[in-house]
Amino acid sequence: MEYEAVIGLEVHVQLKTKSKMFTDAPCYYGADPNSLTNPVVLALPGALPVLNREAIKKTIQSGLLLDCEIAKISRWDRKNYFYPDSPKNYQITQAAQPLCVGGMVEIEMLGASRNTMGHHRKVQLNRIHLEEDVGKLTHYENDSIVDYNRAGTPLIEIVSEPDLYNEEEVFAYLTALRNLLVNADISDCDMEKGQLRCDANISVRKKGESRLGTKVEIKNLNTISGVKNGVAYEIQRQIDSLESGETITQETRRWNPEGGFTVSMRTKENAHDYRYFPDPDLMPVKIEDAWVQELKAALPESPFEKQRRYMEKLDLPYTITSVLTPDRELSQFFEDTIAIENKPKAVANWITNEVLRYLSEAGDFGSLSIKESKVLPEHIADLVKICEAGTISNQIAKDLFPEIIKTGKLASQIVKEKGLEQQSDSGEIEELCKKAIEETPKAVEEYKAGQEKAINAIKGKVMKATKGKANPKIIDQILRGLLD
Amino acid sequence: MSEEIFYKTAAELSDLLSEKKLTSVQITQAVINRTKAVDNQVHAFLSFDEKDALEQASASDARREKGEPLSDLDGIPIALKDVISHKGQPLSASSKMLKDYISPYDATSTRKLKEAGAVVWGRLNLDEFAMGSSTENSAFDQTCNPWNLECVPGGSSGGSAAAVAAGESPLTLGSDTGGSIRQPASLCGVVGMKPTYGMVSRYGLAAFASSLDQIGPFARTVEDAAMLLQTVSGHDPLDSTSVQVEVPNYRKELREKKGPWKLGIAKEYFAEGLDSEVKESVMKAVDFYKSMGCEIVNVSLPHTDLAVPVYYIIATAEASSNLSRYDGIRYSSRAKESEDGVDLYFKTRGEFFGPEVKRRIILGTYVLSSGYYDAYYLKAQKVRTLIRQDFLNAFEKVDAIITPTAPKPAFKSGEKSKDPISMYLSDIFTISTNLAGLPAISLPCGFSNTGLPIGLQLIGQAYQESNLLSIAHAFEQGHDYWKKTPILESFN
Repeated sequence: MEYEAVIGLEVHVQLKTKSKMFTDAPCYYGADPNSLTNPVVLALPGALPVLNREAIKKTIQSGLLLDCEIAKISRWDRKNYFYPDSPKNYQITQAAQPLCVGGMVEIEMLGASRNTMGHHRKVQLNRIHLEEDVGKLTHYENDSIVDYNRAGTPLIEIVSEPDLYNEEEVFAYLTALRNLLVNADISDCDMEKGQLRCDANISVRKKGESRLGTKVEIKNLNTISGVKNGVAYEIQRQIDSLESGETITQETRRWNPEGGFTVSMRTKENAHDYRYFPDPDLMPVKIEDAWVQELKAALPESPFEKQRRYMEKLDLPYTITSVLTPDRELSQFFEDTIAIENKPKAVANWITNEVLRYLSEAGDFGSLSIKESKVLPEHIADLVKICEAGTISNQIAKDLFPEIIKTGKLASQIVKEKGLEQQSDSGEIEELCKKAIEETPKAVEEYKAGQEKAINAIKGKVMKATKGKANPKIIDQILRGLLD
Repeated sequence: MSEEIFYKTAAELSDLLSEKKLTSVQITQAVINRTKAVDNQVHAFLSFDEKDALEQASASDARREKGEPLSDLDGIPIALKDVISHKGQPLSASSKMLKDYISPYDATSTRKLKEAGAVVWGRLNLDEFAMGSSTENSAFDQTCNPWNLECVPGGSSGGSAAAVAAGESPLTLGSDTGGSIRQPASLCGVVGMKPTYGMVSRYGLAAFASSLDQIGPFARTVEDAAMLLQTVSGHDPLDSTSVQVEVPNYRKELREKKGPWKLGIAKEYFAEGLDSEVKESVMKAVDFYKSMGCEIVNVSLPHTDLAVPVYYIIATAEASSNLSRYDGIRYSSRAKESEDGVDLYFKTRGEFFGPEVKRRIILGTYVLSSGYYDAYYLKAQKVRTLIRQDFLNAFEKVDAIITPTAPKPAFKSGEKSKDPISMYLSDIFTISTNLAGLPAISLPCGFSNTGLPIGLQLIGQAYQESNLLSIAHAFEQGHDYWKKTPILESFN
C-alpha cells in the first residue's frame, strides 16, 4: 500500500522591534533575566496593553511579501490558559480577524545536482496573525524558574494550509520563509534564540484518497534539522500504525530530539478550551489602504526574485546565486562592488570564495557578518580590477587578501609599495622556462607522452623562481612553444 | 455649612487655602484626626500612611507659600478605593490574594492627582475585587453606613462613599462597573459619578470587567465632584480605550448652564420592587425640575429588564479572564504546600479568593466555554447593543433621564449576603448605563422615615458630563439634603 503524508505548518516568528507588543519595555535577546519587564509585562494589577505600531507594520510587510490579503479591520482576542510562562494567564492574539489572510510561500526543492536549480512551487497559506510571546521556564529538580524577558515580544504566526507533502518540502518551506523574512529585516529568524519556531500538523492517507487522515500535532521542533527529522519520523510512525491495522489518534505529540522519536503529550479529549473572546482592553485596528500601498512600494526584492535577476541579467551561475541571494548583506555587498567595478562574475567569485572563507574563519562565534568585518566593496572592486588588468596574478591577489583586511589598504596600493607587479617580460620568463625544463626531465617526458597535467609541475617551478610574480598566461604560452 | 474643617467641601477648603486661612497640613491633620476618631465605627479605610500624607501636605503649603499652587485641588486630601494603584502603597482590592502587594507604580488617575498637588492618601475598603453591592465581600473589614452603623454602605465602593459621608476625606475616588460608585453614594447620602466609558483612564485600576469599569469621584457636592472629575479626566496613551475628547471646564460650566432642560422619565425604572419612599423622593425631584421650567418627557427603555442578566454574563466573562493573573507565581499570595504547577494554581486560588469572586469566575468561565459562548456571551453582546440603542433613542428627545439610584435605602448588614440574586438586583437601576457606556450621577434627594439617605440618579448622553453636572447642581442649589451630616460619636 502506498501512503501520502499531508502536512500543515504553524511557524512562529519573533518580530525585530525595539519594544514589546503591548508596552514600551525594550525587547532583545540576551539581557539579564527579568530585566526587560514593567507593570504590563508582569501583568501587575491595573496594567493595560497598548499596540506597537512597528509590529503591525512588520506583520503587514510579511503579509505583502507572502501575497496575503491585508485586513481592513483587525481585532484582538484573548486566548485563556494557565501556564507560569504567561504572566496574564491569557495570550493576546488574533483568532477571528487576523491582519493577513491567505497568501503563499514560494519554495525551491533540491535540484538534480548542486549546480542546478530545483523545482519551484507555491505553498498555500491560511493566514498570518500577530500575537505576543510568553516567558521562558527552566525546570530544576524541585523548582522551576521563569524569565519574563521574552514575554510580550511581538510574534507572528504564519499558518500554512495542509499543502506540504514530505519532510524535504517542509525543509524547503522553512528555508524560503527564513530567507524572505531575514532579507526584509522583519526578523533575524535565529532558531537557536527561539526567533523562529515551528509546529507541524501531520496526517497520512492512502495515495489517491482526497479525504485527509486524522491529524497529529508535533511540537518542540526547535531546529531546522529537528523539523526535518521529526516530520520524517512522525510520517513513518503513522504509516507503520496504519499498516499494522491501528487507527491514528488525534493528539499532540512532542518531538524528542535526543531519542529521535515523538511521544504523546495530550489527546483530543484533554485538549484545552481556550475560551477565546474579544479583548476588551484593545480597540480594533483599522488599516488604511494608503499605508499598505506605501509599505508595498517599499518592499525589498525577495531572494528568489534576486536570484532570477542575477542569473538572467548578470549571467551568474546558479551555484553562486544560491550563495549570494539568501543573504541580504552579502548580495548588497556584491551589488555595491559591481557598481564600482562592473565585472559580476569575477566579483561574485571573489565574494563567494575568498570573502566567505575569511568571514567563516574570522568570527569568534560562527561566521562573522560582512557588515561586522572590515572588508569593503572598494577592496574587492580594486582586487578584481588589477587582476583583470593583469597587474598581479590571482594567486598573489589571494595571498594579499589577509593584508588588505589587516591594514585596510587597497591591493593596488600594497602592490605598488611592495613592487609586486606581475612580470610580463617574456625574454626574462623564457630564460626561466628553459631552466625549468632542464630541471624537470620527468615532467617533460610525461607531458610529451600526452599527460597534459604534467605541464603544471614545470609551471610551478617557473612561478617559484619569480616568487609568483610572473604572468601565468605568458608562462603557459612560452612553455608550450618550447615543448611542442 | 459645617464649622468643622473635616466637613467643609473641597471648594470651601480650596478658597480657605488660597486666602491663607488654612494650610494643607491643618486640613490633612483634621481629616486624619477625624478618621482616627470615627473609623473604628465606620471602617471605611483599610490603611493610611499618615506620615506620607502630611509630607505631601507640607509640600503643598510650600508651593502656596511661593504662590505656585498647581490647581484648585492643591493641598486637598483625596483618598483612593483600594483598587487604584498608588506607588509605594498597598493595593489589596480587599482580597487575601493581594494581602501583601505594594504597588510599584501610579495609576494615571493617581499621577494626575499628584500633578494637581492633591494630598493622595489612604486605601478605602470595597467588596473584594469590586464584586458586590454592600462591601460585605471585603476579606478584611466590614464598612458600616455612617447614617446607621447596622446598615451597609452599599458597594462595591462602600469605603469611598462612607469616608466622604463621615467626614474622613472631602473627596475620594471609586470605580463603577455596574453601579459601584452611584449605589453606595446613594446609600451614604453623598454625590457619586460614573463618567462616560473612556473619559478617565483605567491604567492602574485593578480590572474587574474591562469594558464596564470606570473610575469616578465621590464628594459632598456636585461642584466638588466636578473639580475631581476635571482633574482625573482626559486621554491617556496608556489606556487604548481612553477617548480623545476635549475636557471642558466642568466647574465653570456648571455655574453657567442654568437650563431649562428636557428631562426623561422611564416607566421601567419605577416598576415593582421600588421602595415607596424612594419613589416619592424621586418624584418630588421631578416636580422640582418641572417647577424650574424643565419639560418632563416620558421615554421608553424597553430592554431594561435584560440588563442584569446581560451584565452578569459580560462582567463575569471579562472578570474570569482578568483575574487569571492572580496565580501565586509572581506577586500575589501563594499557597504554602503544592505538588506541582497545577496544584499551586488550585490551592492558591482556592485559598485566597473569597466566595463571591469564585462564584463570578466560575460563571464567567462557563459562559465563555466552547459550546456555550454563542448562547451566552455572544447573545449578551447583542442585547447590550439593544440596550445602548434604547438610550440613543431616548436621548433624541431628552437631555438626561431621571431615575432612582437604588430601589431601596441602605439595608442591614447580612440581610442579602446569603442571597446573591437579591443582592444583584440592588444594582438594577445602575447597570444599564455601564452597558451603554453612559455617564450618570447620583446625588442626595431625601431621607427615609428611618433617617437613611435616598439618591437620585441622572443619566446623560455620552461625553455630556458637563450637562449632567449642571442639572445635578441645579437640584442641589434648591435643596439642603447635602448639608445634613450623620451623627457619629467620637470614642477617641
